[in-house]
Amino acid sequence: MASSFARILSSKRNVGILSLVGAGSLTVGFLLNREQHVSAGAQVRRVYPPSAEYPDLRKHNNCMASHLTPAVYAKLCDKATPNGYTLDQAIQTGVDNPGHPFIKTVGMVAGDEETYEVFADLFDPVIMERHNGYDPRKMKHPTDLDASKIRSGLFDEKYVLSSRVRTGRSIRGLSLPPACTRAERREVERVVINALGGLQGDLAGKYYSLTQMTEEEQQQLIDDHFLFDKPVSPLLTCAGMARDWPDARGIWHNNEKTFLVWVNEEDHTRVISMEKGGNMKRVFERFCRGLQEVERLIQEKGWEFMWNERLGYVLTCPSNLGTGLRAGVHITLPRLSKDPRFPKILDNLRLQKRGTGGVDTAAVGSTFDISNLDRLGQSEVQLVQTVIDGVNYLIECEKRLEKGQDIKIPAAIKHN
Amino acid sequence: MKTIYSRYVWRVFSSKRVDKIGFSTKPSRCADYFKAERVRTSFCCNWHYFLSHPRRVQLASTMPFGNSHNQLKMKYSAEAEYPDLSKHNNHMAKVLTQAMYERLRGKQTPSGFTLDDVIQTGVDNPGHPFIMTVGCVAGDEETYEVFKELLDPVIEDRHGGYKPTDKHKTDLNPGNLKGGDDLDPNYVLSSRVRTGRSVRGFSLPPHCSRGERRAIEKLSVEALGALSGDLKGKYYALKNMTEAEQQQLIDDHFLFDKPVSPLLLASGMARDWPDARGIWHNDNKTFLVWVNEEDHLRVISMQKGGNMKEVFTRFCTGLTKIEELFKNKGHAFMWNEHLGYVLTCPSNLGTGLRGGVHVKLPNMSKHSKFEEILKRLRLQKRGTGGVDTAAVGGVFDISNADRLGFSEVALVQMVVDGVKLLIEMEKRLEKGQSIDDLIPAQK
Repeated sequence: MASSFARILSSKRNVGILSLVGAGSLTVGFLLNREQHVSAGAQVRRVYPPSAEYPDLRKHNNCMASHLTPAVYAKLCDKATPNGYTLDQAIQTGVDNPGHPFIKTVGMVAGDEETYEVFADLFDPVIMERHNGYDPRKMKHPTDLDASKIRSGLFDEKYVLSSRVRTGRSIRGLSLPPACTRAERREVERVVINALGGLQGDLAGKYYSLTQMTEEEQQQLIDDHFLFDKPVSPLLTCAGMARDWPDARGIWHNNEKTFLVWVNEEDHTRVISMEKGGNMKRVFERFCRGLQEVERLIQEKGWEFMWNERLGYVLTCPSNLGTGLRAGVHITLPRLSKDPRFPKILDNLRLQKRGTGGVDTAAVGSTFDISNLDRLGQSEVQLVQTVIDGVNYLIECEKRLEKGQDIKIPAAIKHN
Repeated sequence: MKTIYSRYVWRVFSSKRVDKIGFSTKPSRCADYFKAERVRTSFCCNWHYFLSHPRRVQLASTMPFGNSHNQLKMKYSAEAEYPDLSKHNNHMAKVLTQAMYERLRGKQTPSGFTLDDVIQTGVDNPGHPFIMTVGCVAGDEETYEVFKELLDPVIEDRHGGYKPTDKHKTDLNPGNLKGGDDLDPNYVLSSRVRTGRSVRGFSLPPHCSRGERRAIEKLSVEALGALSGDLKGKYYALKNMTEAEQQQLIDDHFLFDKPVSPLLLASGMARDWPDARGIWHNDNKTFLVWVNEEDHLRVISMQKGGNMKEVFTRFCTGLTKIEELFKNKGHAFMWNEHLGYVLTCPSNLGTGLRGGVHVKLPNMSKHSKFEEILKRLRLQKRGTGGVDTAAVGGVFDISNADRLGFSEVALVQMVVDGVKLLIEMEKRLEKGQSIDDLIPAQK
């Protein structure tokens, strides 16, 4: 090595210039890269050019694969967030899982809040596709947790068995589940259970850590349908969110078992308000009150939730941005579910159906989980109102079919 | 060296060819990955290549790359980051104290593999009910050096007391094997020898990037393509396989599938499946190579019947030939005097060799001293589905228990001698005779 350098230097024409410029550009190059490094996080280790590293997505059918062209990959593959999260990490789950037969999966996750900025060239088009045309570059997301604005919201309990609203919240300053270190995850747990410990009245409750649960507690939580288990879906495990299970994971719920928080599962927190019967208004009211209380309690300690005007509440999966809200009911619709117009009716009402086991499950009998399709671009109040109006319409249809009357497909709801 | 340096100097002047951070502005195409190993386009790439030479390793830590995510962890105390291993039962958990974690967590190999990367599979998988798992993996050859403090005791525990100062002997001369061609075919159904090989200069499956994995595949396919005679064969890439080819490989019991064991998945070796994975086998279907499964290469020689000598001869010839072909392309296998052949899992160091037979031992298996005899012969039993399976119909997979500290010839010799003895015992038991005088001393 030394000898070849000497050879270049000793070449008669170039000796002076080359050595000076060579050393100078070495320094400049080093410094230029330092600048890059300081602003965007570390330079990623690269031995091969982007074309050699570009994943084979020819058999893939997910949002990431639709938008990750070789050009976008080449542009982003050397970047990293300030915490060191890279593009390859973000897309790993989409590369490993080519496609779900029934549903077009997103195929990528965020490791921290900055992921959405640093890799915006990929995330923005995916967000647009997934959220029905919402353009994060131009639009603002409204947040509204004022439950008093809800109209109606008491369902006929002959049809509606239970009502539920869930969302997620992330703690600003700590990495998200795909990328968090053990210490960060434990910190999330500490911050959250500290805040939950401050809840009063009908919200007062108790935390059950997955690592320290007794047999009886575990059985009780299973019977209550509260216990979550280590994820088995490859969509989740490939993203890295099941690492170190069950360290720093747990379930908190209030004494009345109507307000529940999952800690460190797919997101920092998943907040769920639910009860048997059809009083969606009360479920949402408790939901909003609980969320606002928790936010106040963490702010007292100097923490806040990840939120911005562009994307609303920031969560691990781009599909949960905005409100991250899924409000739904378990409802029996024996006649309507057999009607061939059912899917179209749901579609126009901006609702989706799932089996009663949640996403990826089949319906049992004629009981469905009906919830909102949208997450981003509409406020919480708007989405819950959509669900309430939609479910009322479905119940109307079912009643009409019972009486032998005909039903109509409603006009498609238009937003923006 | 001269080529890299002059290329670097030229690149600084030809500024039109590179953009601001030094990347080539040539349009790149997907298919370009075939040229990967010759292209070093950026300033960073050149420096990394330059630095990955072992003599320059010490400069890597001063350069602005490496695994910065590890730097994030350093903000937290070792106590906050130390995994909860209280319910764990694997080699890693036995050895990794909080103090050791604190000493090692700031380190990384030149390619950026960190302590947490090494131990993730052991943290995620507390323990196997029947077998004490290792609980750590290597991401590259240097892992065994940088994380010596953790891996040496793990190796010592796993490989029967092998010390950090011990030397491992490699012997791939089939002529040194005595006998082995006459195992009774009434009892021995098939014979098989397998090992693994890693290509020096590349990261191992838990850590390799797609580009590296593809480069390994390309190299392997070229090397294997040059085999001739009874070793001549064909490569089947997992992602390009036709239905018919797939069925044939399943029928031949050759096809490997995406790993489902959480031990493997948690280490990251199943990423990007099935990209750059495949199976090569010779036309006779007696010599088989897996590419990019748990290791860079898994080499298997097998045939029906009890002629272990022939299986081992083909194994050695094939391996030696493959090594030569790789060397002709400027690539060596990862090997050193202390650890022998370097593979992903510390349990496969040394020879990485598992030589075994499928043998009928219905009477022996019911004998109260069966386990003890196997232990003394330095053999282990498995079901015929491989590790973690149960025996079916009195047929067992009997193979060597050791990997490191004995040469290939020595291990296969143990299998040959041991199986011969077991068959003799089986015959005695069939006749209702005692086997007490045959019970061996501990090897």
